[in-house]
Amino acid sequence: MADLNVNIGKLHLKNPVLTASGTFGYGIEYADFMDLSRIGGIFVKGTTLHPREGNDYPRMAETPSGMLNAVGLQNKGVDYFINDIYPKIKEIDTELMVNVSGSTIDDYVACAEKINELDTIPAIELNISCPNVKQGGMAFGTTCEGASEVVRAVRKVYHKTLIVKLSPNVTDIASIAQSVETEGADAVSLINTLLGMAINIETRKPVLSTVTGGLSGPCVKPVALRMVYQCYKAVKIPIIGLGGISNWQDAIEFILAGATAIQIGTYNFIDPAISVKVVEGINEYLDRHGFRSVRELIGGLG
Amino acid sequence: MKKYIDDWVVRENRKLTDHAFLLKLQLNRELPEIHAGQFVQILVENAENVFLRRPISIHSVDPETRTMDLLAQIVGKGTCKLANLHVNSSVNLIYPLGNGFTIPINNKQQKLLLIGGGVGIAPLLFLGQTLKKQGFTPIFLLGARSAKDVLLLTEFQQTGEAYITTEDGSLGEKGFVTNHSLLASGDFDFIYTCGPQAMMLAVAHYAKQHQISCEASLENRMACGIGACLCCVEKTIQGNLCVCTEGPVFNINDLSWQI
Repeated sequence: MADLNVNIGKLHLKNPVLTASGTFGYGIEYADFMDLSRIGGIFVKGTTLHPREGNDYPRMAETPSGMLNAVGLQNKGVDYFINDIYPKIKEIDTELMVNVSGSTIDDYVACAEKINELDTIPAIELNISCPNVKQGGMAFGTTCEGASEVVRAVRKVYHKTLIVKLSPNVTDIASIAQSVETEGADAVSLINTLLGMAINIETRKPVLSTVTGGLSGPCVKPVALRMVYQCYKAVKIPIIGLGGISNWQDAIEFILAGATAIQIGTYNFIDPAISVKVVEGINEYLDRHGFRSVRELIGGLG
Repeated sequence: MKKYIDDWVVRENRKLTDHAFLLKLQLNRELPEIHAGQFVQILVENAENVFLRRPISIHSVDPETRTMDLLAQIVGKGTCKLANLHVNSSVNLIYPLGNGFTIPINNKQQKLLLIGGGVGIAPLLFLGQTLKKQGFTPIFLLGARSAKDVLLLTEFQQTGEAYITTEDGSLGEKGFVTNHSLLASGDFDFIYTCGPQAMMLAVAHYAKQHQISCEASLENRMACGIGACLCCVEKTIQGNLCVCTEGPVFNINDLSWQI
């Protein structure tokens, strides 16, 4: 049994396998299918200061080796999370992290401040990359200035591990990663979904109510892997890699490209127990190749 | 209710029409509790451009033989693959999902009307069987394009009274389900419906006019099926709710339908 422990800032993870926000609910949705304590951590559904109804149906389109979504951050707001959801999930024996989103910098700050008070939430993931919300979200994540501004403001009020989730819908993701590193982010996670589109040729209308949506699933993996590789060369803070991971082999690829930890997203819908299988697969791989720790593998491209 | 993920063995794959098929699946252990109106998420393997599981209504369950029948329609590459699954091959299911229909508690004399259209009749057989076991006599009203599209009529006739409408009049009364003479009285205690959206809207309209309680089973497009992705939402009086966990069965009074 290899050592699977990794650290992301002050955050200690028992293994590098995490589940991606928006694909794993609040964890409890998956409790019938797997032992939640076996994975390194859970990023819960994107949370905003105020409740959001999200976008109109249809919000999803299946595409080759993936899917488009336009959920639009439907959630009941941070106060509901704190009062009604947090008490039900805080005993789960893995790291629980909250994905924080907003339309204005003040929203991000207010939301982060409230979550900072929760004992068993050791980290937040600042979502500056949601492509499905008109205001904010991705608007902050597509320029170095915008990204810097949000991270600077949140860093002042948030004292635990601050992870910033980056958008792939940019020309140079490494420069955005550098900007948020400069502002004090403890880690970056990448990639959020790629902006995409699908058309129903019978009705000659877009499939999604929002016309465009976020593409995820195995189809985005090569893009995500390339971006992790580029960021690894550009920043010193740890990288959490995600984008289309559907088995342990994919996870090893991301770690080799420079990821300290990985997230599994869309594939949770196909196999709700995939994350535990990835933990097992990584462990067997390390043993087979004689690595004592998964940390020896990070950025270990030959 | 606990959810499971298991491989089931295909015991029968019967072609009913050019577009509809019946899969009989068997589990290698005792079946858990499954309610009428619930559905499964079936994994479709080795089908080109098929990525997500397919949600399919449970048509019938037999705990003695540990089998479950799924009645489905071929609408794309995923369901086409399922229609061609070989006997003795296995398929992976996440089940049982969703809430299920409300079963009345007392007064077995209540007139319960189950209105289905097309392959939307699938969950109504299981519901009818459940009601029959409870001592009710379910009344089925089934709509189809023409006689050849009326699926598994004998099963419905064995479970309760069955009335048919076809659009071309080749079987039963001609027209849509809501045109059937059975509805003229308006004398029903509860209506359950599943089928095309336009049909369910017409049924809901009828139920509301006659002040009859009505539940509809929705078929919104889904990704996860377990309430994680929030893709399959329906507008309700409580805001957007997941059809996969808060539904698929809704009381029509809770929906934001314009009826």
